[in-house]
Amino acid sequence: MPFPLLGWYKFCRNPLSIVGLFLVAIIVLSACFASYIAPYPRHAGSFVDFANANRSPDTQYWLGTDNIGRDLLSRIIYGYRVSLMLGIVVLSLAVPIGVMLGLAAGYFGGWADYLIMRVTDVFLAVPPLVLAMAIMGLLEPTLTNAMLAVSAMWWPWYARLAYNMARSESREDYVVAAKVIGAGPFHLLLREILPNCIPTILTKVTLDLGFVIMIASSLSFLGLGVQPPTPDLGSMVANGVQYLPDTWWVVLFPALAILFAVLGFNLLGDGLRDATDQRI
Amino acid sequence: MELLRVVSARLAGIILVLFGTSLLIFGIARIIPGDPARIALGPEASQEQVQMLRERLHLDEPFGAQYIEFLKDLSMGDLGTSLYTQRPVVQDISTALPATFELVFAAGLLVLLLGIPMGVLSAHWRDRAGDHVIRLVALLGVVTPSFVWAVLLMLTFAYFTEILPAAGRLSQSVSPAPLVTGMYTLDAAIAGRWDILKDALLHLILPAVALAMSGIGQIARLTRASVAEIYQATYIDMARAYGFAPRRIAMKYALRPALIPTLTVFGLDFANMLGGAFLIEQVFGWPGLARYGVQAILHKDLNAIVGVVLVISAFFLIVNAIVDMAAAWINPRIRLSGPAV
Repeated sequence: MPFPLLGWYKFCRNPLSIVGLFLVAIIVLSACFASYIAPYPRHAGSFVDFANANRSPDTQYWLGTDNIGRDLLSRIIYGYRVSLMLGIVVLSLAVPIGVMLGLAAGYFGGWADYLIMRVTDVFLAVPPLVLAMAIMGLLEPTLTNAMLAVSAMWWPWYARLAYNMARSESREDYVVAAKVIGAGPFHLLLREILPNCIPTILTKVTLDLGFVIMIASSLSFLGLGVQPPTPDLGSMVANGVQYLPDTWWVVLFPALAILFAVLGFNLLGDGLRDATDQRI
Repeated sequence: MELLRVVSARLAGIILVLFGTSLLIFGIARIIPGDPARIALGPEASQEQVQMLRERLHLDEPFGAQYIEFLKDLSMGDLGTSLYTQRPVVQDISTALPATFELVFAAGLLVLLLGIPMGVLSAHWRDRAGDHVIRLVALLGVVTPSFVWAVLLMLTFAYFTEILPAAGRLSQSVSPAPLVTGMYTLDAAIAGRWDILKDALLHLILPAVALAMSGIGQIARLTRASVAEIYQATYIDMARAYGFAPRRIAMKYALRPALIPTLTVFGLDFANMLGGAFLIEQVFGWPGLARYGVQAILHKDLNAIVGVVLVISAFFLIVNAIVDMAAAWINPRIRLSGPAV
């Protein structure tokens, strides 16, 4: 069987992977087509309709409304758009930086190894959420800064991953052979070693997308993330908490929305890992 | 002394990393756009007040001089004055720290006491109903943010059923036992006041469980994977052939080697728990270091932010070092060496 087909077969063998794929597909599609899918697109912003405030779930508002009458379903769909964008931006900042530094440290060794990996250690010494919170607290709470703060805590993990892979790969025959032919370090790193790391990195990216969404929602739950009126799942939960237990749906549905996102990316990532036979 | 050498090498490594951490967080606190003094005092403060604060924080000096000043103070155990509470940061932190210790240690204990047995049972019942249930619970633990657990547990046990208290460390009618450690449960036990101990424990359950859930899930999944792998080993087959009881095989021969990766991950998980404490303490009104940290962050209290981050990092590094040593103690093949923090 050709490789992709075999991988697909392995992926499908676990029904949970399919569930993950399904959840991720729903989330990505609703984020992309939010303005077509959301029943009340205007409710995503600073819309006010006190006549319909705090309505429990019914046929008109499937998931109920919040304390100023905004449709929760619409806000969750737009919230996914914000979360997903944040996750993608964070990882497209953190992954290349971390991977490049890690590869360089692992391949060159010596002082580059020492310098880069000690800096990585320093970043890893601060518990991830704490570092992001401190950065967020010192900067202004905007979406851009949230992305920067979460990226700052995320790159060291990719540096470590790439470091270990560069260390083990650079001893492999194919790398040594390329070196013997006279390939320079950039060719070796980017054209020989990196392609072999891509599947592992992509699997980790899939798993991490969920966790970035979770961390970002934790930040905004504390009031340190995306600011209103931008719809954000974490701040939706935080807003609802003060009205518990009367209007439980205001808390429950955004919370479940976060859970589904993390679950979806997690199951999909696990499926990809099993399908490509890796250990992370 | 082998142990002494290992411990001191490890300590030196921790101090080196903390040095870097202090530079990192101090650097971030000083390079933020805008005037930190103005941000801390708010737009209403007069220019003189801002200038006074700038001088107190040495903000007009170059960055290197500021950092050296900071290190000098730090070496004498001084983290400066909190701009918000107006008390020394060290004093604020030492008041708040025991509450966080209590919460995080309780959660850590739950992770080990529930996560490891769940993993072993799951591997033992591999692909049977019990395994699927445990795996589902573990998965839910991992993918649910801790603040969601906090809110769900609070709703279920404090509002709908009113079995457990919703917030705080003690009931209003109860006063803490004489101060020894600052951890109310431990202090009550030392004083022999079982009524206080019970009240403190009841208050501790919900936040500790909420904080522990993701760790329990992670540890259970990891233990399951490593025990399942060890079950394939020939020495387990041999133990089976000898007719040892399945329980003995699981607990004695399979668990011990499986514990090593579990412990290492537990050490790393501690970072997540310390981060999670920031959310849990906020939800449950738990007056600990993390809550103080959130207040500091919301009030742009520079000295307090730097102090909290440093103390939390030190705590995390020390716990990790202890965990690594425990792993080495279980497995003599791991050679403890240098400051690989």
